[in-house]
Amino acid sequence: MNHSEMNKPDEYDMNDSNRSDDQDSGYNSGGNWESMHNFLDALIPDDWSPSARKWVPIAAGGALALIGLSRKSAFGFTLAAAGGALAYYGSRSGETQTESVARGSVLLNCTPEEAYSRYRNFEDLPTFMKHLQSVTKIGERQYRWVARGPFEIAIQWDAEVFDEKVGESISWHSTPDSAITMEGSVRFAASPANRGTELTSVTRFDHPASDLAQTFAKLLGKDPSFLMQQDLRRFKALIETGEIPTTEGQSHGPRSAMDKAFEALDPDSSKRRESRMSETLNENWRTA
Amino acid sequence: MKALCWMGANKTSVETVPDPQILNPRDAIVRITSTCICGSDLHLYDGFIPTMEQGDILGHEFMGEVVETGNGINKEKLKVGDRVVVPFTIACGNCFFCQRKLWSCCENSNPNYWIAEKLMGYSPSGLFGYTHMLGGYAGGQAQYARVPFADVGPLKIPAEISDDKVIFLSDIFPTGYFGAVNCDIQPGDTVAIWGCGPVGQFAIRSAFMLGAERVIAIDRFDYRLKMAEEGGAETINYEEVDDVVQTLKEMTANIGPDSCMDAVGMEAHGNNFLAFVDRAKQMLMIETDRPTVLRQCIQACRKAGTVSVPGVYSGFADTIPMGAFMNKGLTMKTGQTHMMNYMQPLLERIQNNEIDPSFVISHRVSLDEAPEMYKTFRDKKDHCTKVVLDPWANGKAA
Ligand SMILES: NC(=O)c1ccc[n+]([C@@H]2O[C@H](COP(=O)([O-])OP(=O)(O)OC[C@H]3O[C@@H](n4cnc5c(N)ncnc54)[C@H](O)[C@@H]3O)[C@@H](O)[C@H]2O)c1
Ligand SMILES: [Zn+2]
Ligand SMILES: [Zn+2]
Repeated sequence: MNHSEMNKPDEYDMNDSNRSDDQDSGYNSGGNWESMHNFLDALIPDDWSPSARKWVPIAAGGALALIGLSRKSAFGFTLAAAGGALAYYGSRSGETQTESVARGSVLLNCTPEEAYSRYRNFEDLPTFMKHLQSVTKIGERQYRWVARGPFEIAIQWDAEVFDEKVGESISWHSTPDSAITMEGSVRFAASPANRGTELTSVTRFDHPASDLAQTFAKLLGKDPSFLMQQDLRRFKALIETGEIPTTEGQSHGPRSAMDKAFEALDPDSSKRRESRMSETLNENWRTA
Repeated sequence: MKALCWMGANKTSVETVPDPQILNPRDAIVRITSTCICGSDLHLYDGFIPTMEQGDILGHEFMGEVVETGNGINKEKLKVGDRVVVPFTIACGNCFFCQRKLWSCCENSNPNYWIAEKLMGYSPSGLFGYTHMLGGYAGGQAQYARVPFADVGPLKIPAEISDDKVIFLSDIFPTGYFGAVNCDIQPGDTVAIWGCGPVGQFAIRSAFMLGAERVIAIDRFDYRLKMAEEGGAETINYEEVDDVVQTLKEMTANIGPDSCMDAVGMEAHGNNFLAFVDRAKQMLMIETDRPTVLRQCIQACRKAGTVSVPGVYSGFADTIPMGAFMNKGLTMKTGQTHMMNYMQPLLERIQNNEIDPSFVISHRVSLDEAPEMYKTFRDKKDHCTKVVLDPWANGKAA
């Protein structure tokens, strides 16, 4: 992907058709993934579009996983695992492993100019970009970005805005001496019939050999587009409502030991507890 | 404060939890004076909707007094001391959907929108006291509640009207009304309504308000059917007829009801073969919803008629007669209620004495008794139709 392309996110094929090359993904070592992958490749009709190849397995896999997890039994977990694998298959359909590309878009109820000026205020990006710690101006068009990696390791890169059109687009890329090579762009286009502004954003990070970059790749490994989309939804909420919706810090009764354990393991996942359906199902069925 | 917590399927308990805090600028804290148990709570109680967590505070039908507001709330819109009914859907007021008055589709009120997106493609708004998939907001079966976007939803209530008359503006009266609006009622129309719970009761009365000629109400509990008759409906006890669809045919000169409403939802009771299969599948988690009533609605509706579905579904339902739906040219309308469209106009109807919604109340008890009342309401014991809880009364007062 070159910079001139970066300026035109609207021309992107949002689902790269180059399927992932498992040779260097490191995921096929067990063989199971590979056979699953081949099996699904065979299962999915050839005439499906790349986007169907990607999103149908994700949606179906996600649903299966949800249903499976809500059944606390061996069968349920098998179902969940199969669902997870299916979703993973989908999510990787179209990803190349030498770089992390994140894409996202949202409809904002404001003018392109407003959206542009809010976003252009880079120093404020961490208010809605959850994994960013700070953005600091270090030159006329240059900024130092610091992100929070796994285990709170700070990861940093320097980037400069090399192209922008007020109220339309901003493009930036890493400076030559930056520890990490990346590029990013965001575009603001008026949506028809006064629907507001369509924001489209793309960032790409190289996965070079350095340890630092590897750590960052891992961070982004949590589906970079998903993380970006969450950031954009927070940006949307901030613009449209003046705040970011939350339930963190609200009251609740005693949590179960399992919920607490989950929370301790992954603070991000505290909202994913499944209902204790199986308990009900084991009890006698009432009428009505 | 005291709050009723979901402690697993079929388990609730009253716990002492920290008082809610303002977490966002447009929040308000409401001291709750009345709160209710809803048919929607039963789906959670029974454990049929995924993404509940032990300790979640239940309840989405509540009213009370504003005791604190965040610094983002315009005092002209809402201030400390205001008496308000809080709608169960949470809406920001300024997204694509809110601007089009599709409040229950708000884009900005569900912090966990991405979970719902996995299941539904796109996420509806956040709801009070519901699943984490729909926001996981602490509910109102408690002494206090935090109300996000408090300058959008809560409706101010004049001091002279009693809680009993206005509390149902928080959900079931607007929901019954929305169900009737979705029936697209024309002069001379017959509306068939499955389910004579509180939602069905308000739907019956709303259908008449909107100009229905006849309403036919269907349930199996005589005390509920009697209440439906008091609202002007003809009734069918589905356990006393061979086939509801056939009975409706006979009652409508073989043309069928112009619109059919499913005010029952995913836990429909049924005794035919398909209902048995649904139950088995639900047990095996192959199907989450039992669409007995939805099937009957589609089958019974006259050609080119409308099926309105206020009854809640959560996931997947099988054997929906799509052939009938398509070939008869039916329209289906559904959704969590767009509350803010109906609260003010319905308050005016109450003020004009067109309706006194307190007719559905069968039980008034303290919050401490809520765990018991969940059972009573679920099993339709003791002629239970609607339970109103007083969060401040002590023990078994009422
Ligand atoms: N769309 C919304 O915004 C919204 C809001 C509130 C409630 N609801 C839903 O509305 C539904 C009804 O709520 P409620 O509070 O009245 O509940 P409820 O449990 O009191 O009433 C349900 C009634 O349906 C009857 N029923 C069960 N199976 C039937 C069948 N096969 N045929 C005919 N009747 C049958 C039951 O006997 C009962 O009287 C629930 O699904 C609830 O979740 C939706
Ligand atoms: Zn309700
Ligand atoms: Zn909104």
